[in-house]
Amino acid sequence: MEKLWRLIRQLSGEDAYERYLDHVRKCHPEMAPLDRKAFFVREEERKWNGIRRCC
Amino acid sequence: MKKLVWFGIAILGTAALAMIATSRGETINSIWLVAAALCVYALAYRFYALWISTKILVTDKTRATPAERFDNGLDFTPTNKWVTFGHHFAAIAGPGPLVGPTLAAQFGYLPGTIWILIGAVLGGCVQDMVTLFFSTRRDGRSLGQMARDELGPVGGAAALIGTLSIMVILISVLGLVVVNALKHSPWGTSTVMATIPVAILVGLYMRHIRPGKVLEGSLIGVALLLFSVASGGWIDHNAALRAFFDFDSQTLVWLVIGYGFLAAILPVWLLLAPRDYLSTYMKLGTVIALALAIFIMHPEIKMPAVTSFVDGTGPIFAGKLFPFVFITIACGAISGFHALVSSGTTPKLIANEEDIPMIGYGGMALESFVAIMAMTAATVLDPGVFFAINSPPGLVGTGAIAAAKISSWGFPVSMEQMQQLANEMGEKTLFARTGGAPSLAVGMASIFGNAFGRSLLSIWYHFAIMFEAVFILTTLDAGTRVGRFMLQDMLGNLYKPMGRTSWLPSVLISSAAIVASWGYFLYIGVLDPYGGVNLLWPLFGISNQMLAAIALSVGTGILIKSGKARYAWVTGIPLAWLCVITTSAAWEKITSADIRIGFFAAADHLSELLSLGKLAPEKAAVAPKLIFNMQLDGIITIFFVIVLWTVVFEMLRVGWRKTIGLPIPPVSESPHIPSRLVEDWVRD
Repeated sequence: MEKLWRLIRQLSGEDAYERYLDHVRKCHPEMAPLDRKAFFVREEERKWNGIRRCC
Repeated sequence: MKKLVWFGIAILGTAALAMIATSRGETINSIWLVAAALCVYALAYRFYALWISTKILVTDKTRATPAERFDNGLDFTPTNKWVTFGHHFAAIAGPGPLVGPTLAAQFGYLPGTIWILIGAVLGGCVQDMVTLFFSTRRDGRSLGQMARDELGPVGGAAALIGTLSIMVILISVLGLVVVNALKHSPWGTSTVMATIPVAILVGLYMRHIRPGKVLEGSLIGVALLLFSVASGGWIDHNAALRAFFDFDSQTLVWLVIGYGFLAAILPVWLLLAPRDYLSTYMKLGTVIALALAIFIMHPEIKMPAVTSFVDGTGPIFAGKLFPFVFITIACGAISGFHALVSSGTTPKLIANEEDIPMIGYGGMALESFVAIMAMTAATVLDPGVFFAINSPPGLVGTGAIAAAKISSWGFPVSMEQMQQLANEMGEKTLFARTGGAPSLAVGMASIFGNAFGRSLLSIWYHFAIMFEAVFILTTLDAGTRVGRFMLQDMLGNLYKPMGRTSWLPSVLISSAAIVASWGYFLYIGVLDPYGGVNLLWPLFGISNQMLAAIALSVGTGILIKSGKARYAWVTGIPLAWLCVITTSAAWEKITSADIRIGFFAAADHLSELLSLGKLAPEKAAVAPKLIFNMQLDGIITIFFVIVLWTVVFEMLRVGWRKTIGLPIPPVSESPHIPSRLVEDWVRD
């Protein structure tokens, strides 16, 4: 059940910020991570600058 | 034990196919279609996809993927394979596999179903998987970049132009489907219009109220969408509000064009992104609900296996079974557009090369299954009703005349029956609602109604219309935006500031140019007396198959260049078939003397009528536009064929040079770097 919830959160992108924090802590410990809102804002801009949907 | 299971699947699949093959004259249950399809996909995946991936592509689980090497926690992220599968499927599955099979049902259920199955298993799934694999081996590069690297600059330019033109044609034909579904339907129109403020609300919620809480925001949005379906019914019962949302098709065209332009220039977070969340959930939810309903209900298929329209006289679109069934059903069998997602987007998420068959081949198999369900929903309708909804008035007339004409084809339908159906669905009339969406909605509503309660038929109908319109509009605004970026990129080569994606004049000019191009085809499509679908859908099919041929050429070229020429038939056979069908379809669209098939014949016929003064004044007024448009469509068709053969010849030239040992562009594969994500990784 818990696994399914994790899958749903990951599928919807709900946990994107947590995964980003993990990544920053692991790979760039010297960098101050963006806050939740700034991260979301940047993500939305990035995601839509390419082909995301088909016919 | 495992062998036994596969043996069982093979037996079941054979039995289902035998059942379909031998039942003639009486109706057949849709469950056989669904069972045959599922067995075919399972067997093809186990024995063909895995064979290709292990023997030909040679996926290597110890090799680090771009997601691992360039992991930035953003677009490059090693992702769980089921999550990647979900993203990939949501990206490739659009309205195409719903509309194409519905239109092709005019030939009967059998031809379309066979093409969907064979086309997907040997063509579409292979294309998606091979493109995904080669892009993953090339740092997630896009199809256009791969074409340039592997086949040279001519191939690259052709891929770029091909992509831009398919986008324009695709958006115009999808816009036409929406317009035809909403004309004089206050319920449908108000519901679809309500999705815009709902999306904006969700956008504000996700950005400002609870940043990043996409699940909460989407749930609220979906609830509001369902509410808007119900409230559309109240609007429909109120005379004043009813009139306010009652539009003819010309007005709707301008509304769609205005919407497309706004969506292209507004910030993405306000409209595009939240709308996409909503449409993705609606899409997944509806596909699952439809599958369940078909399993629970397993309705009888009422359409004959093959109708007399295989001779080319079909009312929905003109042309013989060959090649037009293969052009009409592009998405669901093989869709070139998928190659754009399989390169560039999805490869950046692949955690391990061994996930590729499941995501690439499996994702397309699932889309193909959606096409089978659409075919089922179209063919469970009484054939008379199906043709009454989908035949353009220019061909069969209106009302009682149309009913008599369709009955004379051997598909009985009466005025009373159509009126009762329209009342049940909460519409004024269902005659001549071309484009595929309304008949699919009637089919879905009757399946849902029988499975989950018949009293709600009108709600189910408008739910289905809303569901189709929402993700057509999502494709429309996302496509316009991508087109805008591509155009800005090209114009940037001529005048530097035009290439800056956020420079306002550049944004406005390029957005307006893209919207004007698809808006033009949409506007003309509405004017066309035979229904623009007959005009535009074949053009869309040809362009989509052309893009698929480009993707398969890149794949075949890479196979030959990397010394696997004896396996090149895996992509070579579907490529050859696509060349045959697109070229012969284009040939007919250009040279046929039948005015419903040949673009130039239609233009000549109309100008003759015009010069003889045989047209009614209101028709004579639009005739010059129609004549110009048909000639333009003919020229575009010729252009597509030239692009197709240019890429194929580039591929053959490179392959031939490789065979006789002349210099060729090197294989652009990234070097092997061992993965640190697999458990048995050993430091060497």
